[in-house]
Amino acid sequence: MSPSVRPLLQAARSGLSRGRIELRQGFTHAETLWGYLFPTVVLLVVMFFLRGAKVPGTDFSLGAQTLPSTLGMTVAFGGLVSVASILTVEREDGTLLRAKATPNGMFGYLISKIILVAGMTMISVALLLVPGIFLFDGLMLNSLSAWLTLAWVLLLGMVATMPIGAVFGSLLSNPRNLGLIMLPIMGLIATSGIFYPITALPGWLQGLAQVFPIYWLGLGTRSALLPDAMAAVEIGDSWRHLETVLALGGWAVLGLALAPVVLRRMARRESGSSVAARREKALQRVT
Amino acid sequence: MAVTAGADALTAAEPPAGEGVTLDVRDLRMRYGTNDVLDGVSFTAQRGEVLALLGPNGAGKTTTIEILEGFRMRSGGQVAVLGADPATGDERWRARLGVVLQSWRDHSRWQVRELLAHLGSFYAPYSTERIRRPWDVDELIEAVGLTVHAGKKVGQLSGGQRRRVDVAIGIVGRPEVLFLDEPTAGFDPAARREFHDLVHRLADLDDTTILLTTHDLDEAEKLADRILILAGGRIIASGSADELSRRISIDAEVRWSRDGQRFVHSTSTATAFVRELFAQHGEDIADLEVRRASLEDTYMALVREFESGRADRAARAFEEVAAG
Repeated sequence: MSPSVRPLLQAARSGLSRGRIELRQGFTHAETLWGYLFPTVVLLVVMFFLRGAKVPGTDFSLGAQTLPSTLGMTVAFGGLVSVASILTVEREDGTLLRAKATPNGMFGYLISKIILVAGMTMISVALLLVPGIFLFDGLMLNSLSAWLTLAWVLLLGMVATMPIGAVFGSLLSNPRNLGLIMLPIMGLIATSGIFYPITALPGWLQGLAQVFPIYWLGLGTRSALLPDAMAAVEIGDSWRHLETVLALGGWAVLGLALAPVVLRRMARRESGSSVAARREKALQRVT
Repeated sequence: MAVTAGADALTAAEPPAGEGVTLDVRDLRMRYGTNDVLDGVSFTAQRGEVLALLGPNGAGKTTTIEILEGFRMRSGGQVAVLGADPATGDERWRARLGVVLQSWRDHSRWQVRELLAHLGSFYAPYSTERIRRPWDVDELIEAVGLTVHAGKKVGQLSGGQRRRVDVAIGIVGRPEVLFLDEPTAGFDPAARREFHDLVHRLADLDDTTILLTTHDLDEAEKLADRILILAGGRIIASGSADELSRRISIDAEVRWSRDGQRFVHSTSTATAFVRELFAQHGEDIADLEVRRASLEDTYMALVREFESGRADRAARAFEEVAAG
């Protein structure tokens, strides 16, 4: 093996184990558990009360239609918000600087965050999907193609959103500024047809929502778990898989092109005194 | 002939053991806007040497150390750490350095042992015949005195214990050059003593070159083979604590009592003064005490001398401008 490859393989292995360790640590950490359970319970309760309502123009339960959408939303939220918040928090507390001081530490760190966020996302998806199966009727759970579609949509969704989240995390100066990306993302969720068919919205809002990955993630997960007849309430009366792949793929390419540049720029600026300066600032806010 | 070729091959694989310059800093400059933080700093360090960087706040100690660590770009001058320019040092080079960072609340959910094993694993591919990397985790934990806390979470440790974790992280890769920025902040006297033993062990047994900054002059005197005093962006004095105190003539203090009365006298020739004292009063002299200038006295005198020199220069420049 070439001498320059072995250290990278070792760093990748260390990154994988770091991701696993941090995922496991979450299960004994009250704040992380709350982060898993709270949104899940709220969403399930909301969908439970929507189960009697019908999707307009059909006799399909609105609650059952919303469940797959929330899976796509969970992926987008994890990729964009969790990645950004982990990066800003760990930059401020000095975790990133330690990675920088370790040979190939930044590479291992990034691998670990991909594992961690992907793992957290899958846990959140399972927490919604498993009770959802028992609460709602009409979902297509018996066909292999449904699960395969779900798998590629979730995977592509993570690749499309995590690099963009990393770019946000690198650009935000501190964790208190997370609201700057939280609010627009909440707005996008509201207009991306997650909780109500997007065809009910004005045309310009539909156009705007289709620029961003959240709409396509929701559409993709709906296409996996809903009966084909439900495509009738979507734009163009179709699940538009090709467009979904192109849109999410485009975001993935954009993110994967931007993220290394922005991450490298951020990492270059890390030093003991920059961490110390942020600590001073943060402590001033506390007192 | 064959021997020479063999030696060359060895040199290419890893730097020769024994004597060698590990830090070579020449005319280092750092400028922020119009402010020269470092204005021509030069020094070198040999393998196994311990250097202490002293100086008032804002003198540029941390900036110097961060440039050497490769965490900060310099404005000018030449720097070589283990033969490489830190600005372009690769990961192989990085693996031979140890950096003790200041902790805050990073890795608070990690167990001490788990964290050290994890960070150590990155160094394994850089293990050589001479230096086995990483340090065995249990030995390392014992070396920094954390054995009873090995299973605890980092966030549950006291300030001094956390600092030991920082030191352990800094040396887990068995560095050839170790940077310590105020390593003993928050240590109690016992922890400080243990840390000093560890530094001696690293320098003497493992031949580690150590550059540390501290505000504790006692510590600098105990640990350092050489002390560099940084003020106004330059090294204004360098040498062992002894050499420094000889460089600047500070009077020693002689205290004694005679007939129940206490006396203090400052003199630059303490031995001659005491001889004279006994010649005059003989048996009457009691409680004799001669206190040589401490490193603190020397340091204060050097910094004061430097600052008044700078004031003089400023005054001269002002007069020249006023006259012109």
